[in-house]
Amino acid sequence: MSAPVINQAPAEPTEPRGPQNRITLLSRSPQDTPAGWFNYIFLVVTLIIGFFPVWWMFIVSTGDDQMLAKIPPQITPGDNFWTNFNIVMGNIPDGTQSFESAKFGESFLYSSIVTVAITASTLFFCSLAGFAFAKLKFKGRDQLMVIVILTLTIPNQLGIVALYIIITRLGWQGQLTALIVPALVSAFGVFYMRQYIQDALPDEIVESARMDGANTFRIFWTMCLPVIRPALGVLGLLTAVGAWNEFQWALIALGPGTDNPTVGVALSKLASAQYPRPRITLAGSLLATIPLLILLAVAGKQIVRGVMEGALKH
Amino acid sequence: MSTAPKASAKTEARALGSTAPPRSPQHDESSRWQRFRGGFDAKFAPYLLISPFFILFAIFGIFPLVYNGVVSFRRWNLKRPADNGWAGFDNYTKLLSDGLFANALTNTFGIFLLSTIPQLLLALFVASLLNRRLRAQSIFRVGVLVPFITPIVASSLVFAYVFSKNYGLANTILGLFGVESTISGTTFNGIDWRGTWWASWIAIAVMVNWKWIGYNALLYLAAMQSIPKDVYEAAALDGATPWQQLWRITVPMIRPMVIFTVVLSTIGGLQLFTEPMLFGDTPDPNGGALRQWQTVSQLIYQTGWVNLNLGYAAAMSWALFLIIVVIAGFNAFLTSRIGEGGRKR
Repeated sequence: MSAPVINQAPAEPTEPRGPQNRITLLSRSPQDTPAGWFNYIFLVVTLIIGFFPVWWMFIVSTGDDQMLAKIPPQITPGDNFWTNFNIVMGNIPDGTQSFESAKFGESFLYSSIVTVAITASTLFFCSLAGFAFAKLKFKGRDQLMVIVILTLTIPNQLGIVALYIIITRLGWQGQLTALIVPALVSAFGVFYMRQYIQDALPDEIVESARMDGANTFRIFWTMCLPVIRPALGVLGLLTAVGAWNEFQWALIALGPGTDNPTVGVALSKLASAQYPRPRITLAGSLLATIPLLILLAVAGKQIVRGVMEGALKH
Repeated sequence: MSTAPKASAKTEARALGSTAPPRSPQHDESSRWQRFRGGFDAKFAPYLLISPFFILFAIFGIFPLVYNGVVSFRRWNLKRPADNGWAGFDNYTKLLSDGLFANALTNTFGIFLLSTIPQLLLALFVASLLNRRLRAQSIFRVGVLVPFITPIVASSLVFAYVFSKNYGLANTILGLFGVESTISGTTFNGIDWRGTWWASWIAIAVMVNWKWIGYNALLYLAAMQSIPKDVYEAAALDGATPWQQLWRITVPMIRPMVIFTVVLSTIGGLQLFTEPMLFGDTPDPNGGALRQWQTVSQLIYQTGWVNLNLGYAAAMSWALFLIIVVIAGFNAFLTSRIGEGGRKR
């Protein structure tokens, strides 16, 4: 159905004609109304705009230093990608530029360590706590949950100076530990898992397992974990995206001169090299984006579901 | 291993007691043990399950919030450790007359208005486009999230080059339409995006809008899909056009979600850091030579980690928090009034 149905009475021959028809068509909720061509055009434009910066990273990263000066702008790739790729990864020493000192290649390892550690631990600890809040009765449960919910809306800027002092006292300044440990759990994770477990795991199953003598952790491990796998996937994806993209805290905790930068910090160092070059910086930006694009291509539906469900539960 | 078979069986029965109650003379003892263990489990297991979360959360989530308050009442300058001590309200009184803070606050609000209002309106538009029977529905839904998953550093750097004065894509395109500027005798295509307050706010707002429209559209879509379908049938009898349908039914029905996104983007928008930080020719907390686009978060970073004045930075972050609470509350109130107005009509 490509025509704008709503204003055309005889659009579908199967439907009765006349004013009656108009009402039938309008009485459909929007989601039952087939999209018109304008719908598709605007959506495609939206997608193009959303993807454009990534495309531009690609174009610039395949070019040479003169490329940006061209009029009209070049929108097809050049043939310098491997050169730029090797410079940004530190494989080709670039003489005066000293892009190697940004340690962009190594930063992928550091960001991966941080992302995997944060994601694994968030999933485990938040589903444990979420299970307890959803299915177990204990003193102070509701009060503790209120605290969790209240802190959800507190901006992270508020504690940032104190958090820095804490990690300095612990001797973690400049180390990946400073990025990992404070992010091992999240209030949102507990909240999300609690909501999901409440609906997904029937009370009767928990009760009957208890009658059979299973202890709490066993119930969690054998009854709860299998049914919450979709939620674990969603929370894991959202946590991983957030951990990979975190910049402000990484810059503060590691410091601009760090030896073990995350991808974001390394990128900002590329951009602040003494003679920054767009093609090198954007080659790095593209490489930093690719893992997430792959994630979106593979697990896009779960990420969409996570965003939409997470929102409804607030 | 060295114990007698009988004892071993007994231990095993205990170990398995939870799953298979033994039928044996020891039944009594075993079930008492089981009851004890069950009671212990019921009483303490919940706390065991939540304790890893709460221990970490208390140390790295809640304690910093409180401690930040303490730090804000102290002189705490890493350059002059000997001078550290209680400062009373000094940091806060200093803040009230600090021109840099006022400037950062103005910039933050300017960028916030330019990014939040178009962002949410366009998100509503995209959501209503998505809220149809679509072919390849999931491609569109996944596609609008590309900006959301793109690393914020990467996208900010692209935009920083797009908005370059010389050879930036934005200016090249503006040049094709004949837009030119002249600054101190030099004429160039387009606009000096970093030259004035307004131009830099617009450029940064473009980045923020780009990043969050798709995400907010999915939030609105989620809310739209939970509207009962019969509501639309009633409206059809009144002969509502699709446009009226959107503004008279859909928007009032998703009002809680609109309020939620307004609060969310207020919290996020007033803490804006990465985009303005990377907007300079090189990453710079100063936000331009004249601080044209320095946001409060950048000023906090500069105060705390460039000038090493942690006490003053802590006071600034408390001030920012209070401002966020007030503005978010005000915006939520405003949005709920607008929504009600729509419903009454």
